[in-house]
Amino acid sequence: METKEIEKKKEIKEKKPLEKVCIICAKGSLEDVYATLVMANGAVMEGIETNVFFTFFGLDGITKKTMNHLHTATTGNPAMRMPGGLPFPTMLGGLPGVETAVSGMMRKQMGELDMPPVDEFLEMITAGGGMIYACKLAVDMFKLEKKDLSDEVDSIITIGEFYELCDGDRTQIIFT
Amino acid sequence: MSVKTIAGLEVNVSEEGYLEDMSQWNEDIAKEIASEIGIELTDKHFDVINYLREKTEAGEALTIRKVGKSGVVDIKGLYKLFPKGPLKFSSRIAGIPKPTSCI
Repeated sequence: METKEIEKKKEIKEKKPLEKVCIICAKGSLEDVYATLVMANGAVMEGIETNVFFTFFGLDGITKKTMNHLHTATTGNPAMRMPGGLPFPTMLGGLPGVETAVSGMMRKQMGELDMPPVDEFLEMITAGGGMIYACKLAVDMFKLEKKDLSDEVDSIITIGEFYELCDGDRTQIIFT
Repeated sequence: MSVKTIAGLEVNVSEEGYLEDMSQWNEDIAKEIASEIGIELTDKHFDVINYLREKTEAGEALTIRKVGKSGVVDIKGLYKLFPKGPLKFSSRIAGIPKPTSCI
């Protein structure tokens, strides 16, 4: 009995580091795509096997035409602030050009923190062995083709194929 | 913090094995830490290590992006030299603190 208890305690103490992460990006705003990219790149840097699956509006993050011009929402975003910290009036956020300007500013600030543009971020992930996939259903829905997507995209796969990539008992699926 | 003997020298290391004082570092220490990790150091490794030490001395925060743009090695090459820990392992071997950057 006693040895059993000791063994039990040992088991709890033993660390079981994460071996694989599968990250799903389904939204196309600047912050959603970057959350995915930072988490994916961070995992690759830690030596964790990494698969990233872009679906629905998240496809904007790997579509050549859009990936380096992502926007952050200036309306319906209660966390949006003016430079200096004052609340950002929703009415102002709706004016033409405001979202573009604010998003450009955000990208500039991110650049100052050495956060790369999306195309380069994807290259960093694949350079370390991370894999980037596009969702077949969403690609068909948006009438895209493989050539419209970043060259870092490995392939267009179904959700079933994605789940097959998520095997292993130290694997986590993250939905950003 | 604890004291550890690496390559015949007593050095202060953090819990995770990073040197606390980068001036205690020498190439033999680098080689021993590297072999603990499972990396055999070549001249190319030392190019990266020296770059990391220079930048750290200058007080600059390191990211793999910065190393990739340094002209010393590209990011793919960095992963080849230090598999599964391009910044973590290289920093530990270079005798500099654990990187605090997320990129």
